[in-house]
Amino acid sequence: MSEEKKISNHVSLPTGEGRGGATLFDKIWDAHVVSSSEGFPDILYIDTHFIHEVTSPQAFDGLRQRGLPVFRPKQTVATADHNVPTIDQHLPIKEELSRYQVDMLTKNCKEFGVELYGLGHPYQGIVHVIGPELGITRPGGTYVCGDSHTSTHGAFGAIAFGIGTSQVEQVLATQCLLQSRPKRMKIEVNGKLQKGVGAKDIILYIIAQISAAGGTGYAVEYAGDTIRSLSMEGRMTICNMSIEMGARCGLIAPDETTINYVKGREFAPKGEEWDKAVAYWQTLYSDEDAQFDAVLSFKAEDIEPMITYGTNPGMGIGVTQHVPETASFEAKEQGSYKKALDYMGLRDDETLLGKPIDYVFIGSCTNSRIEDLRQVAEFVKGKHKADNVTVWVVPGSKQVQQQAIAEGLDKIFNEAGFPLREPGCSACLGMNEDKIPAGKYCVSTSNRNFEGRQGPNSRTFLASPLTAAASAITGKVTDIREFLAEEVV
Amino acid sequence: MATKIFKHVQTTVVPLPIENIDTDQIIPARFLKATTRDGFGNNLFRDWRFDENDNPKEDFVLNHPTFSGKVLVAGKNFGCGSSREHAAWAISDYGFDAVVSSFFADIFKGNALNNGLLPVQVSDDFLKKIFDAVYADHKAEIEIDLESQTITISSTGEQESFEINPYKKACLINGYDDIDYILSQKGKIEEFELAR
Repeated sequence: MSEEKKISNHVSLPTGEGRGGATLFDKIWDAHVVSSSEGFPDILYIDTHFIHEVTSPQAFDGLRQRGLPVFRPKQTVATADHNVPTIDQHLPIKEELSRYQVDMLTKNCKEFGVELYGLGHPYQGIVHVIGPELGITRPGGTYVCGDSHTSTHGAFGAIAFGIGTSQVEQVLATQCLLQSRPKRMKIEVNGKLQKGVGAKDIILYIIAQISAAGGTGYAVEYAGDTIRSLSMEGRMTICNMSIEMGARCGLIAPDETTINYVKGREFAPKGEEWDKAVAYWQTLYSDEDAQFDAVLSFKAEDIEPMITYGTNPGMGIGVTQHVPETASFEAKEQGSYKKALDYMGLRDDETLLGKPIDYVFIGSCTNSRIEDLRQVAEFVKGKHKADNVTVWVVPGSKQVQQQAIAEGLDKIFNEAGFPLREPGCSACLGMNEDKIPAGKYCVSTSNRNFEGRQGPNSRTFLASPLTAAASAITGKVTDIREFLAEEVV
Repeated sequence: MATKIFKHVQTTVVPLPIENIDTDQIIPARFLKATTRDGFGNNLFRDWRFDENDNPKEDFVLNHPTFSGKVLVAGKNFGCGSSREHAAWAISDYGFDAVVSSFFADIFKGNALNNGLLPVQVSDDFLKKIFDAVYADHKAEIEIDLESQTITISSTGEQESFEINPYKKACLINGYDDIDYILSQKGKIEEFELAR
């Protein structure tokens, strides 16, 4: 089915000329416009700029060439995550180029006066995990990072998106970004989720419905009672993968859940400042009469535990469903579709359920927070992984790791054959030492199943932490609901 | 600082009729460890272009003796996925001046424009016409003119106009730089900060 057809099944376009009230997105955007001129993109003020070692060195070089300082170093936060090993972090990084890139970040941060939560620092971790857990990410703010999963921070009711290195340089130099206002889309999910279905399944389902390009050009606000019922961790998982449907960013209006999460965190406002902040955050919602450029609605009851079978995140199905037949696609799409199935070693109409797997990766900025680890630990307690599977559990940050150890989750994991490693991006992107070997299948809680994403010729099935854990126990792609029928989780 | 200028190109093209080409294909993560902007062209489409022993794969278009040119023509949703600007650097470094597709991912489009690499979005029909023309005759040329915002298949004269943000167009034609522009508004940034 083409993208256009897929979307038209769900979209109702506004009919009125005027926009009426403001959307959440517009309220935040308007509060950050420094300057707006006809024919130019807006100059948007950025509250916090997150940087990491991969997409920043050329930007710092640019500053040197221009003879410019970092304009607002106190609004810039750095960490090392993409290149770091996830075992023996106290030792020097073995791979020379990775080590050099991490060292370069340290040198640049020192030279330009930027706070760095580098390897060994108690706040180190995946950039999209540490911002929220430190209380740096807050409702109503604007956040950018040279990383497409910056959309994660939108879970707090903020505008947050990924940028390229030229733009990293731009924000370092000016604390602003030239940016045209995207269109606005609302995606509502209402109803009660089935047992064993969670935030990851919701977002994989939405992307499968509207395709990997279905959100391109839009800022997406997620709404509806199912979304409201999610924890902050779940909301971050949803917003994290907004980019996988091409959206500029994803956001969710702040509520009690949001405020309770932020309260008391290291850099959250305190005392009078806190009260003032909360009063403002309570104004951050889309007005009743706000007009969106597109509105989509989904029913929670329709969502099964999801798994991807192809080489983009839009190629997902319910775990009991069959891989689509090539003939169901338009002629011009069939070549790309066949290429994806060939790469994955799959056939038309095959079911993934019961397919033997080789690796399980639980981690990444999508699913490496303490709640993810608690959920997996609760499920695997007293069970053991299958012999044919290697399992990696990689916490999103040093703080998540410490918390997991404090709660004794590491012991549960060890007994189950799920060793808890040290924080980093790990096997999400095939850049550090953690790679899935060629031809091997990995059920992964990360966000991308692109060719070679987890290592050259690796094959990725994206799924939720529970589906990944259940598949590790059985050694094959598994419907978590089969376990849940027998026990209470 | 001046950025790379783009005004006009007339060239043969390299066809890559695959949809949803993500930036991990354009430049895999393990090649993102350089700390300068140079040399990424050697690893453009690395895993499609070379086998595990680094030998060129004969069936990949960049290794095909027939096709060459300064414009890459690809299927829809080009550049999806990771925000890595290295993808735009790799395409540009390899020697392309423009990429034509029927749909571009947002971040890639922005990154390309910031590096003098022109993303030209055409209709599905026009994209098919370009593929048909180049597969009928690999010497078929296209012409892209930024001033008039047109793309033309030289042999048939078929033409389509394309959209581009007027500010970015002026930047590409004149080599203007975003940072110079924003810094010219520094007073307003400071006023904004004080007023919060």
